[in-house]
Parts: sequence; structure tokens; C-alpha cells
Amino acid sequence: MIGAMLVYGLEPAGDNLIAGLRTLAGMVFFNAPTTSLGFWHLFALSAAALLTAHLVFTLLLTYVKIERQRRRHRELLALLASPDAGGPGTLVINHDSPVAYCLPGGARSVTVLSDGLMAALEPNELRAVLNHENAHLSQRHDLLLWAFAAWRQALPWFPTTRLAQVAVNSLIEMLADDAALKSESKATLIRAIAIVASGASPSNPAMGPLGNKKTTTDSDSGGMVTSPAATGSDVEDSAFGGSGGAASARTTATRVSRLLSPKPPLARGFRALVLAGSALLLAVPTALLFVPGLLG
Amino acid sequence: MASLGELERAVMDLLWASQEAVTANTMRDLLAHNTGTDDGAAAHPGKELAVTTVLTVLSRLEKKGLVERERGTRPHRYQAVSSRADHTAELMHEVLGSAPDREAVLARFIGSVTESEAATLRKLLGQS
Repeated sequence: MIGAMLVYGLEPAGDNLIAGLRTLAGMVFFNAPTTSLGFWHLFALSAAALLTAHLVFTLLLTYVKIERQRRRHRELLALLASPDAGGPGTLVINHDSPVAYCLPGGARSVTVLSDGLMAALEPNELRAVLNHENAHLSQRHDLLLWAFAAWRQALPWFPTTRLAQVAVNSLIEMLADDAALKSESKATLIRAIAIVASGASPSNPAMGPLGNKKTTTDSDSGGMVTSPAATGSDVEDSAFGGSGGAASARTTATRVSRLLSPKPPLARGFRALVLAGSALLLAVPTALLFVPGLLG
Repeated sequence: MASLGELERAVMDLLWASQEAVTANTMRDLLAHNTGTDDGAAAHPGKELAVTTVLTVLSRLEKKGLVERERGTRPHRYQAVSSRADHTAELMHEVLGSAPDREAVLARFIGSVTESEAATLRKLLGQS
């Protein structure tokens, strides 16, 4: 959007973007004559500048707000939670419902587990949860969350910003799931997700061996889990735990169904095509705008 | 010498445990008593905690909004603003709540799920 306005505004100023920008810099800094720009061109240029400033400013503002909340949260955690033997950077808080989350903050990042979670999960399920959270921290997902939260904050009326945030949230959860799968079995992770999501420990602690569990979950319920996401999640999103939004509910369902019945990876040729397509879509217009200026 | 963070923790624990407001002097005695009996004795090898240190810790906690002081009396008496359980609830509300930018502040293992979905997942658990 910024680019479009910029290009339109600079159109009379030069044949390509670089020449245009050079002319514009001359107008702004050296008082060169501005007669070549019409009213609408000036309008578009100003709008582009405003929008850029708005985006950058919101990004910084969101950063400050997020950091303040995180610091406050960390302060309280330091007083309330006790360190866990499970590893450095892991805290346990005294709370009954099963909760696990991570609080990013560079070297002071922590993963927080609740008493309820520790009680509900088997050791290997707990490891799956911890690996999942550590993947968030080590892959710096907080940066993605920050950028997209800021974007949404800056343009709340723009539907793409909300969709983008939701999609990014789902994708980082799946990335973290994949990281957890490297060390723990799929069945373990699914059980961990199911236990935490249903908010209660299973009533039957007498479980079969892992391989056994895996086959039953895989064969019986591949389609079952996907259905509620399609039907009910929009209507009653505050019914459970009094919180959240339909978006995150759908994320959970998608995660589980993705684990239960993984789709075969795209064929190699097709994947290359998609990647090349997206790359070209980004590169070609940019190149067309810049290259003549660089060559000339 | 214990770090300020540890001291803040110890002070809050004592304030949460005690029902009434305490002066800095009493707090120092409580802390000394605690570390004497606790296994934390090694943290203060034969060194008494200065009242000024306790006052520093208390005013830091006051700045964080965790402790309030009664200014009517001299010396000032300090007490916890709210109970330990309340603070935990506040934290958990922040974690579980649907504040708009909560999603950016921390990443939860599981987002909220709907009731029907929770039921499905429970069924799934029952089967396995």
C-alpha cells in the first residue's frame, strides 16, 4: 500500500523509483522546484509517509507495552513461583488448572507450568510440553508475535491484519509441535494437548503401552476431531475457561487433526512452483521499479 | 549476602504469612529468625541484616505495588496489598484472559478451547 502510493506520487518525478526518490530528496532537502508534482501526487506521497510513520510508531509503542507487561509478570512470578528441578528457566506456579506458557524475554525467558499441569501429565508428556515451549523461545517466535500484533494494532479495521495474526499464531504453534515431536512420540504430544485442553486429568491412569495408544488414536478419530472446529467454535467461544476466542480454539483443533492425520507433503515439483511463484511475486515488481535506475 | 530478589521473596512470604502489619524492625527479626532455623543459614554467614536493607526491600516492593505502608504511626508499618492467592489469580487471569495483546505477551501451550471441543478431546482420552 505504501509502495503503491509512493510510486504513484513519484510517477512524474522520474522514470523509475530511484530517480523519483532522488528528485523527491532534492525537493525536500534542497528546495528544488516542486512544480512537476500535481495535487494528487503530493497527497499520495504524504499519505505514504504518514502510513509509514504510523506503522513504525505503533511497532515501537507495542514493543514498550508488551515489555512493560512482561516485566510486571516476571516480577510477580519471581515472588510467586518456585523454580523447578526440570531445568533452568522453568518455574512452577501454585495453581490447580493445567496451564503451561512461556514468557519470552531474551536471557530472562521462562517457561511456567502450573501444579495442576504437573499432576495431570506423565513425565514424557511433560517433556513434550517443555520442548514445545522451548521451541517458541529458541526460535524467537515472540518477534513474529510482536510484529503481527503491532500491525493489527496499527490497522485494526483492515481484515488482513487480523487474519495474518491468527495464521501466524497457528503456524508457530505447529512449528513448536514439530520441535516437540523430535524427542517425544506423536501419541505423547497428542495426549498432552488433549489433557491440557480438556482441563482435567484423565480418570483412567492405567494406560497401555505407547505404541498401542498410537494406533487406536490414529485409526479411530482422525475425522472426529476436525468436526467441532467447523461447527461449533464460533458460537460458544467463551464457554470454556471463560476466555479466549474462536481463533485459538480452531488452532487447537487444527493442531490435533494435523497430528492425527498428517497430510502428505506437497510433491517436490509443486512445492518448488509455489515457492518460486511467491518469490517472483515479491521480486518482479520491486526489480522493475529499481533495476532501470541502477542500470541507467 | 542474599540477593535483593531473594530478600524480596522472603519478605513477601513473611508478609503473606502474617495477618497484621509489621514494622521494618520486626521484619528484620523475622528474617533473621527464619534464616537461622532454615537451611538458608548459609546465605547469611553470621551476618545480621541491616534494618536499612529491609527498608530498601520494603520500599522496592511498595514501588511494585505489592506492599503498602501505614503512615499514621511511627515507625511505619508494612503489609501486603493482597494475598498470595489473589496475586496468583491475577497472574492466571492475565495468562488465561482474552486481553487483546495477551497473545503477544506470552505464548500458551494451548489456547482456549470450546466446550464441545473439550468434550471431544476428553472422549479421545477415554478411548486411548
